Amino acid sequence: MAYRIGIDVGGTNTDVVLLNEQHQVLAKTKRPDSADILTGIRLAVEDVLRLSGVDPSQITHAMLGTTQVTNAIIERRDLNDVVIIRLGAPATRAVKPLAGWPADLRERYQPYAYIVEGGHEYDGREISTLNETELYRIAREVKGRVQAVAITGVFSPVNPAHEERAAAIFREVLGEDVHISLSYQIGSVGLLERENATVLNAAVAAVAKRAALSFKQALAHLGIHADLYLTQNDGTLMSVDYALMYPILTIACGPTNSMRGAAYLTGLKDAIVVDVGGTSTDVGVLVNGFPRESLVAVEVGGVRTNFRMPDLFSIGIGGGSVVQASGPSVTVGPRSVGYRIVEEGLCFGGRTVTFTDAAVALGKAKVGTHPVTLDAALASAAYDVAVQAVTDAIDRMKTSAGKVPLILVGGGSVLLPDEFAGVSEVHRPDHFDVANAIGAAIAQVSGRVDRIFAMEHTSREKVLEEAVSIATAEAIRAGADPGSVEVVEIEEVPIAYLPGNAVRVKVTVAGTLASYGTSAAIQGDDDARP
Amino acid sequence: MTSLSSEPCPGISFGRSRVALSVATNIIRRYLNVGEMALRKLIHAADIDDLALGATVLGTGGGGDPYIGALMAKQAIEEHGPVELITIDELADADLVIPSAMMGAPTVMVEKIPSGAEPVAAFRQLEQFLGQRAAATVSIEAGGLNSTIPFVVAAELRIPVLDADSMGRAFPEIPMTALHLGGISATPMVLVDEKGNAVLLSTINNAWTEALSRNATIVMGGSSMLALYAASAADMRQHMIHGTLSKAMELGHLLMSPLTTEEKLSRLLETTAGQRLFSGKIVDVMRRTEGGFARGTVTLEGMGRDADSVLRLEFQNENLVALRDGVPVATVPDLITVLDAETVRPITTEELRYGQRAIVIGMPCAPVWRSEQALALVGPRYFGYDIDYTPLSARASAAR
Repeated sequence: MAYRIGIDVGGTNTDVVLLNEQHQVLAKTKRPDSADILTGIRLAVEDVLRLSGVDPSQITHAMLGTTQVTNAIIERRDLNDVVIIRLGAPATRAVKPLAGWPADLRERYQPYAYIVEGGHEYDGREISTLNETELYRIAREVKGRVQAVAITGVFSPVNPAHEERAAAIFREVLGEDVHISLSYQIGSVGLLERENATVLNAAVAAVAKRAALSFKQALAHLGIHADLYLTQNDGTLMSVDYALMYPILTIACGPTNSMRGAAYLTGLKDAIVVDVGGTSTDVGVLVNGFPRESLVAVEVGGVRTNFRMPDLFSIGIGGGSVVQASGPSVTVGPRSVGYRIVEEGLCFGGRTVTFTDAAVALGKAKVGTHPVTLDAALASAAYDVAVQAVTDAIDRMKTSAGKVPLILVGGGSVLLPDEFAGVSEVHRPDHFDVANAIGAAIAQVSGRVDRIFAMEHTSREKVLEEAVSIATAEAIRAGADPGSVEVVEIEEVPIAYLPGNAVRVKVTVAGTLASYGTSAAIQGDDDARP
Repeated sequence: MTSLSSEPCPGISFGRSRVALSVATNIIRRYLNVGEMALRKLIHAADIDDLALGATVLGTGGGGDPYIGALMAKQAIEEHGPVELITIDELADADLVIPSAMMGAPTVMVEKIPSGAEPVAAFRQLEQFLGQRAAATVSIEAGGLNSTIPFVVAAELRIPVLDADSMGRAFPEIPMTALHLGGISATPMVLVDEKGNAVLLSTINNAWTEALSRNATIVMGGSSMLALYAASAADMRQHMIHGTLSKAMELGHLLMSPLTTEEKLSRLLETTAGQRLFSGKIVDVMRRTEGGFARGTVTLEGMGRDADSVLRLEFQNENLVALRDGVPVATVPDLITVLDAETVRPITTEELRYGQRAIVIGMPCAPVWRSEQALALVGPRYFGYDIDYTPLSARASAAR
């Protein structure tokens, strides 16, 4: 038998599930986070091994979803010193790198930000010849002062040649130990956002390396020698080696994993997912089994980026949200006792009135160790306020006026009712409380392309075919079984005021993981990137 | 072309004395009229955010995202100080005014950001060709990203921006201006790219200007900066649409205020003399590329008092025609803008997507666009729709 484990290291808990080949849940656990990620993972994985009785050597795949990278950026913790190289001069000088960044990060990274001659036009012509002399000079200047390099060339999604050449120069001068991030592998058209994402990627490379190492060591300690994967923000997997190159893509994987888990547990491909935690509730939309993506620029730690991020609407209401009454008006949240609900909530013998207590008082849910005595009018008002906020959030995310199915996941979802306005049916799958870890465990491997194509001397079909084949090749490199790769999404956006019917084409494909032997062979093939 | 930027040609000395005279006149005016002085308006970096947001309302879904233009203007103002926004009454009739603008694909501009030197280079080279210094610059297009470009030039050259534009909205082509209707030529015109290339155009009419400059822009890599439609303050007084930049700022300021959704909407409609055409949810967005323009159709299903009705919106970069249950309720050149139902922020045609809740509003265009000659240039038939233009206000009163 072959087994897999899914791990979700969130802000409060570490959740782990162990699945068999049929993706049935054999064991699950939820543990408060430990001070170090290694211990947290080790203890939680020990739980599921003990509960299932599975031999560690039979675990072939382990998937990790973690907020380590996100938290490192938000908390400015353990970030690399980065040299920022933009290839585009004389163009782009009007807006310098780090524009719009929070002052503390800008101050830190400003000293090694350069705009060098190079880059391309939208049609692939050079703006200027790449200034290699200057790149060598900068590389020698920063040697020993930075741990990472972020290279962004104008229109590199159309022509990555200058980014590749610049990378070779920095590699030659700085050696193998320095991390190099290339923008064309990270983001799409939109120079500033792509550059920001690339700089952040370079900044978190060390943090990601440490998290990956902890993950490896924790499992090795338990005698697990599986293929290791990290989940990314679109709900698909990257091999650990790949994730070390693109750690920024793991941002926001938590909510995505919950939604993917919800889709898997219910078998629904199109639905609204409501994930209720201790402090907040995320509402997202499943389209064809994947989270709908946000179209607006997403800020990470105050930095504007253009990552692929799930389109979420979050409200500050969760199981631990504090209920407050002032005169006739009752509020729920955003203040929350969070995980301390087990000490502070009325239903656990504490003295704070929470949303959970209101639900328990009304008989809507059975939670806690103590009976709750609460004024019925207050409980009912608080409950209605919270449910109305969730109903409004659902309504906001809906894509049509018709009724849609709803999936409730997350530990706090037991508090919510079985009916909502505009919802056709409410699903409460088994294992709803560890949907995120399940989402990580069952994740697929994806490939993406987001480029501008000219349709003038070719047909639409040919362009789409080319885009799909680029995305497919990327999925296979990331570990997908070639036979299983399917197109998830194709989007075409015509671009105004360019000749040759220029179209921005976005294609996403996804496939299941290749078997152990195949994927290991592919993971070793690091140089196969375009 | 480089010689243009070094030694001034002989004519410039005449130009300089002219400028000196005009500056002197302005100083005298300021001392004579303290009341007027108090009214003079300085535009700071923070005001540019208001301008950019308001310009998106007037951009009717197109005109390009003012994000990069606004960053450039703010950087220029932070470097060189605030810019004066003046009315036409503060200029002498003979003063030269040169509009500044960007041409090309907004998508290119967010990737190949300008060097920052282009707008001033184009402006200076046109001044030199004309042998006269400009007393002010102005916007060609108050809708979209061209609302912000003149502030880059004005900050760096320390000249004022005239509170006016030549469209009162956004349009896709160079001849679609009130100046063109007034018989003003867009040329002599200078296009500059970020590499330092400059093209000076002299054409027989504005249609040729459009064709030649569009092609030059493509060779330059898809975007260029322009100085064009140079004219005297007397001509600008007669042919421009006045007060549009301050109106855009007022709209942006309003939308960023903490007012409620209803208050924002009603004040926005009051400021623009506009009307609410439809409230609903976007149920379909269809896009296609034709002739280099991003065309499409968006369908909204009505909500609230518009329940059971369907609004179809046709766009080509800008929103052009709104049909309610098959009947036209607003057409170009009147302004049709889609707003987010909750934030009242404008949604551009590129951002339109399935599921958004939106309010569609109509705003009457500047009166200059309602003549027969103007409608041949920018009416629904020019854009390929087989319907007549009926002014928005007339439609509203007919409906009542």
